[in-house]
Amino acid sequence: MHIIKPADYARMLERLAPAPALAAPSRRGFLKAAAAISGALVIGVRLGPSEAFAAAPTDGPMPNAFVKIAPDSTVTVLIKHLDMGQGVTTGLATIVAEEMDADWSQMRAAFAPADAQLYNNLLFGPVQGTGGSTSVANSWDQLRKAGGAARQMLVAAAAEKWKVPADSITIEKGTLKSGSHTASFGELAADAARQPIPAEVKLKDPKDFKLIGTRLPRLDSADKTDGKAVYALDIRRPGMLTAVIKRPERFGATVKSFDAAAAKQVPGVVDVVAVPAGVAVLAQNTWAALQGREALTTVEWDESNAENRGTAELLDEYKKLADTAGRNAAKRGDAAKGIAGAAKTIETEFAFPYLAHAPMEPLNCVIEKTGDGVTIHTGSQFQTIEQAVTAGIMGIKPEQVKIETLWAGGSFGRRANTAADYVAEAATILKAIDGRAPVHLVWTREDDIKGGYYRPMFYHKVRAGVTADGKIAGWEQRIVGQSFMIGTPFEAFAVKEGVDATSVEGASDTHYDIGNLMVELHSPQVKVPTLWWRSVGHTHTAHVVEVTIDELARAAGRDPVEFRLELLKDKPRHTGVLKLLAEKANWGTKPGAGKGRGIALHESFNTVVGSVIDISVVNGQIKVDKVVCAVDCGIAVNPDVIAAQIEGGVGFGLGAALHDEITLDNGVVEQANFDTYIPLRMSEMPKVEVHIVPSANAPTGIGEPGVPGVAPALSNAIFDATGQRLRSLPFRLEDFKA
Amino acid sequence: MKFTLNGSERTVEADGNMPLLWALRDVVGLTGTKFGCGAALCGACTVHVDGAPVRSCQTALSDVEGKSVITIEGVGGEVGTAVVAAWRKLDVVQCGYCQSGQIMSAVGLLSENRKPTDEDIDTAMDGNVCRCATYQRIRAAIHEAASNLA
Repeated sequence: MHIIKPADYARMLERLAPAPALAAPSRRGFLKAAAAISGALVIGVRLGPSEAFAAAPTDGPMPNAFVKIAPDSTVTVLIKHLDMGQGVTTGLATIVAEEMDADWSQMRAAFAPADAQLYNNLLFGPVQGTGGSTSVANSWDQLRKAGGAARQMLVAAAAEKWKVPADSITIEKGTLKSGSHTASFGELAADAARQPIPAEVKLKDPKDFKLIGTRLPRLDSADKTDGKAVYALDIRRPGMLTAVIKRPERFGATVKSFDAAAAKQVPGVVDVVAVPAGVAVLAQNTWAALQGREALTTVEWDESNAENRGTAELLDEYKKLADTAGRNAAKRGDAAKGIAGAAKTIETEFAFPYLAHAPMEPLNCVIEKTGDGVTIHTGSQFQTIEQAVTAGIMGIKPEQVKIETLWAGGSFGRRANTAADYVAEAATILKAIDGRAPVHLVWTREDDIKGGYYRPMFYHKVRAGVTADGKIAGWEQRIVGQSFMIGTPFEAFAVKEGVDATSVEGASDTHYDIGNLMVELHSPQVKVPTLWWRSVGHTHTAHVVEVTIDELARAAGRDPVEFRLELLKDKPRHTGVLKLLAEKANWGTKPGAGKGRGIALHESFNTVVGSVIDISVVNGQIKVDKVVCAVDCGIAVNPDVIAAQIEGGVGFGLGAALHDEITLDNGVVEQANFDTYIPLRMSEMPKVEVHIVPSANAPTGIGEPGVPGVAPALSNAIFDATGQRLRSLPFRLEDFKA
Repeated sequence: MKFTLNGSERTVEADGNMPLLWALRDVVGLTGTKFGCGAALCGACTVHVDGAPVRSCQTALSDVEGKSVITIEGVGGEVGTAVVAAWRKLDVVQCGYCQSGQIMSAVGLLSENRKPTDEDIDTAMDGNVCRCATYQRIRAAIHEAASNLA
């Protein structure tokens, strides 16, 4: 995901319906604190005019706050991002705890309310949202200042109470001390809240960090191991009805007519209503709703605007497009001339399927009328967009849409939907029943696998060559695939001169020093809804680039690591990762007979990850034995969470390399559940080792960058072991011959 | 429908054909047992019936009449405590949604086999999908719990 520039805010907001009345925030940051009742100290870091801040609520955690200190000394960090497993509640709390010199055991996390001005993603502009692996990166300065300000106010309160100079006071593990005086945060919270806001916040020198860079227990481990963690699917409201939607087989079809009689006879079914997505069955419990949907056999669909093409037809069209010039995504030197003069050339093609995200928690959302508006309970990843879309449907203002953000059972990009699809569906159902009961819209797994918003199908065509002395002579790459940014609120910043950056990122901005480069893009229109999928464009571009680099290195008779190092001479982060990786993965040794080793290196979300995969060939079958990764993500806030994200990213990427595939036949999705859309399972999970490059730079992304290098490293390992080159995903291992 | 739920006698008024999963979640109100696929393909809904792990989405409420059902909320005993402790020590969870089912399957495995090999773990746990791919830590946590039970 790319960073929104201020000039794009207005255009972006115009696309949100209705446009929320948000002023572009001023970049003059300052701190403001206010006391909540019961002696809590609440600190907020604001970007914007102070007048807007004056209206502070008088109880509970204040909506303009990041830090709350309770009388019992627990410190609650308000988390403006969604935690969908990436561990951001732990990460953001660590940043605050560090600057406060708190003890880790006193730290808590709570999801912040939806508020685009107070809790916006600083890299998204006036939008609260989580994505692009930005949570820690955009919060780093903000939360260091919030924690540091809280610390200074506690110190000032203690100095006043004890009549000692502030600089005589130390804080260690949440206890303030000066001479014989000691106090906890809770004892001083009320007094601290009355202190003036520090004009300047003194931040720690990173060499003095005590918590950052160490292994801290996750804040969510306890509740996620005893059934207590609450996900949207677990929300129960008085009188709540569960809704499931009967959906069309083909994308773009709409309801023509239906007969609700049979469904209404199912015990527990309360109502059957038509909504834009299909026909919704509302019932007293999930089982009744599902049975009601089963009974709904008489829906007629209008398929006049439906997508009827299948995967084979689309791929044919994409291949034809790849033979024609596309829009210019990158051009330097003369790629064609370079290739013409090359000593050795390659011409390759790569096909990538549609991919479902398939988070373990099927998509769902509770919506109910409250006060003068509505309240949404969901694992919300794009709060501002969900507010705007819901407000448009309900005919209210965005600020009348409250969102209770909950733990999300996975997302992988699916919940960050510019159309807010499942939230919108829940709102249309609530509207259809005149808001008379809270509605819990539940998708089944089949709804999810068949429901679209996939990583788009892509096709890449590559021509490249090397010179006699082993340099890249030229590189031509044509990319064909749908844009999921055009026509959305994010078009203004993602699409420039017709080129959707999310389709070409990782290729058009390759980190390799290639003098003669041409990258072109075609963005065909298909009615299959598409969306970003963990690591977005890098899911396909990194594969093509890293396989091609490997092929060129072999064509030049060069070692793949040395070949890369020469192309990365002015890229110290990349070479640092490569060198650490080569050492940890024993790159210099041979893996042995019947085995293979492959490497990939890629930068995404400002983080560099290198991956080495070791495989064995057993009875003609490929077994992935071990994956060694090296990562430079700036300062490692929580090294163990970083390791977990890379481990999980490897598993996620391996699933895509080996199995994941959504196909269409005459516009109908051919997969339905985990028996046909195959997830990676325990027995296929290799051993994963993660090594972090020490860094003094600000933190960069970690949720996504572990994914892109997996498939190319595996392709390169398979070639190393067998001399067979597998390019398109998922790999057809049944075609493999040892 | 009468059965023992987490050690206590319960009478649940619901259609006997209703899957145990939905009876637990929507009628009894125990939401720790998760819906993931509705077809016994992912293991998120795993509970114990008379001590054996079963997929509650494919178990009718009438099938558990007179039996003992343990859900994630009722995990305890020597093995259960060791498994949960290992999960926390190694910070296995990411999104956490599948972990109730993972823990129920792991408790089932370790109740039968106190020293499982990697192959034993593959066999016992392959039915439990984790899209966050926390498998490496699940494996390590099962070994950790086994070593603490020895």
